Amino acid sequence: MNARPNEPERYYNYAYLDEQTKRMIRRSILKALAIPGYQVPFGSREMPVPYGWGTGGIQLTAAIIGPDDVYKCIDQGADDTTNAVSIRRFFAQVADVAVTEDTGEATIIQTRHRIPEQPLKAGQVLVFQVPQPEPLRGLEARETETRAMHAYEEYGLQYVSLYESVATYGRIASTVGYPTMVDERYLMSPSPIPKFDNPKMGDNEAILLFGAGREKRIYAVPPHTTVRSLDFEDYPFETQTWDENCALCGAQDSYLDEVVLDDTGARMFVCSDSHFCADRRAAGHVGPMADHQLAALETEPT
Amino acid sequence: MNAIPQAIEAAPLLRVDGLTKWYGHVAGCRDVSFELRRGEVLGVVGESGSGKTTLLNCISGRLPPSSGTVEFDTSRFGLTDIYGLNEPDRRRMQREEWGFVHQNPRDGLRMRVSGGANVAEPLMNLGNRHYGKMRSATVEWLQRVELDTRRIDDKPRNFSGGMQQRIQVARNLIHGPRLVFMDEPTGGLDVSVQARLLDLLRELVRDLGLAVIIVTHDMAVARLMADRLIVMKDGFVVETGLTDQVLDDPQHAYSQLLVSSVLQI
Ligand SMILES: Nc1ncnc2c1ncn2[C@@H]1O[C@H](COP(=O)(O)OP(=O)(O)OP(=O)(O)O)[C@@H](O)[C@H]1O
Ligand SMILES: [Mg+2]
Repeated sequence: MNARPNEPERYYNYAYLDEQTKRMIRRSILKALAIPGYQVPFGSREMPVPYGWGTGGIQLTAAIIGPDDVYKCIDQGADDTTNAVSIRRFFAQVADVAVTEDTGEATIIQTRHRIPEQPLKAGQVLVFQVPQPEPLRGLEARETETRAMHAYEEYGLQYVSLYESVATYGRIASTVGYPTMVDERYLMSPSPIPKFDNPKMGDNEAILLFGAGREKRIYAVPPHTTVRSLDFEDYPFETQTWDENCALCGAQDSYLDEVVLDDTGARMFVCSDSHFCADRRAAGHVGPMADHQLAALETEPT
Repeated sequence: MNAIPQAIEAAPLLRVDGLTKWYGHVAGCRDVSFELRRGEVLGVVGESGSGKTTLLNCISGRLPPSSGTVEFDTSRFGLTDIYGLNEPDRRRMQREEWGFVHQNPRDGLRMRVSGGANVAEPLMNLGNRHYGKMRSATVEWLQRVELDTRRIDDKPRNFSGGMQQRIQVARNLIHGPRLVFMDEPTGGLDVSVQARLLDLLRELVRDLGLAVIIVTHDMAVARLMADRLIVMKDGFVVETGLTDQVLDDPQHAYSQLLVSSVLQI
C-alpha cells in the first residue's frame, strides 16, 4: 500500500481491524450472502465504542472498505446526528476514505434505523447496525430452540406475536423491526428500521449487510432477493402513511418525523432522510413551512 | 374385502418394546413393553419415583431411551420408530399428531402471551395464516373447556390454576391430535376443581375418540379416565390389565397395596 497523506498520524492498521480479523469477517459475510437471511456467527471484536453504538455495523464496514470507497453514515435517516458524524469521522481517519452525505454517490452506507429514500444501485452496500438479530428471541429465550426453529423452518411462533398484536390493537401494530421472510426460507429481523422501509429490501439492487456486535451475528440479503413481510391473509402487511406532506420539501412519499416546535403543541412533519429532503429543496420543491428556521439548520454544512 | 380394514383396525397406534432408561446407575424405567390402540386411554400408575414420568417422556419423544423402541403409526410414514426419524420429521409429527398436557401449566403454556394466543399457536404451527378463522376456533375451544370467552386476551398468570389447565387442554386438542400425553393433569389442583376438570377431560376424550396415555398416582383419576392400566414399581411394569380388573382384583402384591391404600374413599 502506498503512503497516504495522513500516514504518519495513522496509528492503527488500515480500517482499524487487523487483517486476520477482517478476513474472518469477510468469510462470514460470504457465507451470509450465500445463505440469505441466515445468521452467521462471527468473532466480534471489542471496538472503540460501546455495544449498542453500532459495533456490528462498524466491523462490517471495516472489513469491506477500501481507499476508493465513498462512505456515508446515517442515524435515524440523518447524516448530521452525533453518532453518525463520529462514525463517519472514524472511517475518514482510519480508512482514509472520502465521505459524503449524497446517497447516490456513496459506495458504502452505514445505517441505524432507516433505509435511504433514494433507491440504491448495483455496486452499493448498505450496512445495518443490529441490536438483536434473533426475531424470535422475545418469544423463545432458548438459543438451542430458536436455532432448531430456523434449521427446520418452524416459524409458527413468529405468527403468535402478530396474533397477539391483532388481538390487542385490532391490527398488526408493530412498526419497527417488522419480521420478514428472506428468499422464502429464513425468518429475518430487518433491524429496527420502520416497516415503511421493509418493501425497499425486496429485490434491491444493492447488497444489504446486517451486523450485530454484541450478539456476534452477521446476516445478509444479496441483490434481487425476495423479502416478504409476514402477515395474515385477513390482515395484510401495510406500511405507515401520513396525512401530511413534508413541511420543508413537500414530499408525499417519504418517511416523516414529527417535530414538536413549542410547548403549545405546534408541530411539523419533516423527512427523516435529511439528504433526500435537502436534495429536493435544492431542486426547487417547497413544502408549507419551507422558510422555517429548521430548514436553515438542516442545510448548514457540518 | 373385509380383511384390509380389519388389519388397519388391529394395527396398534403405538407400540413400545423393551423400553429402558438409565440415569447413570439409577433406573428410570426398565424393559417396558405395551401396545396402544386408537381411541384407547391408558393409565400409568405407581408410587412416586416408580418411573411414570420417565416412561411418558421416553414415549413422547422428549427423552431418548437407553434401549428399546417406540413405534407410532405416523400419518406420513406409517408405523415408525420415532427415534429413527430425523429431528425435523419427529418434531413435525409431534406437532401435528400429538399433544402433551403437563402437570404444571407453566411448563405447557407461554406465560408471556395471552390465553387465546396459547390456544391458537398450534394452528399457526401447522401453517394457518387466517387470523379470523383461528380466532373463532379459539373461542370455540375456550367454550368447550368451559372458560369465559371474554377473557380470551388475558395472560395465563391472571387465570387460576384450574383455568390455566383448561387453557393447556384446549391448546393441546385444537389441532386434532390422535394421541395426547398427560402427566398428572389434575395433580396441582384442589379436589373440587380436580373433579370438574376430570369430567371435562373424560367427555372430550370420548367425543374426540382420542388415544391418551395418562400418568397419575391417584387411583380415582385412573378409575375415571383409563380403559387399561399399567402399574409401575422401581421402573418395572408389575401388572397390566383392564382398569376395573386391576383396581377390583389386583394380582400383584404391590398393586394390592397401592389399591388398598387409596380406594376406601
Ligand atoms: N433427570 C434425572 N436424573 C437422575 N435420576 C432421575 C432423573 N429423573 C428421574 N430420575 C430417577 O428415576 C426414577 C424414576 O423417576 P420418575 O420421575 O420417572 O418417577 P415418577 O413415577 O414420575 O415419580 P413422581 O410420582 O414423583 O412424579 C427415580 O428414582 C428418580 O429419582
Ligand atoms: Mg412424575
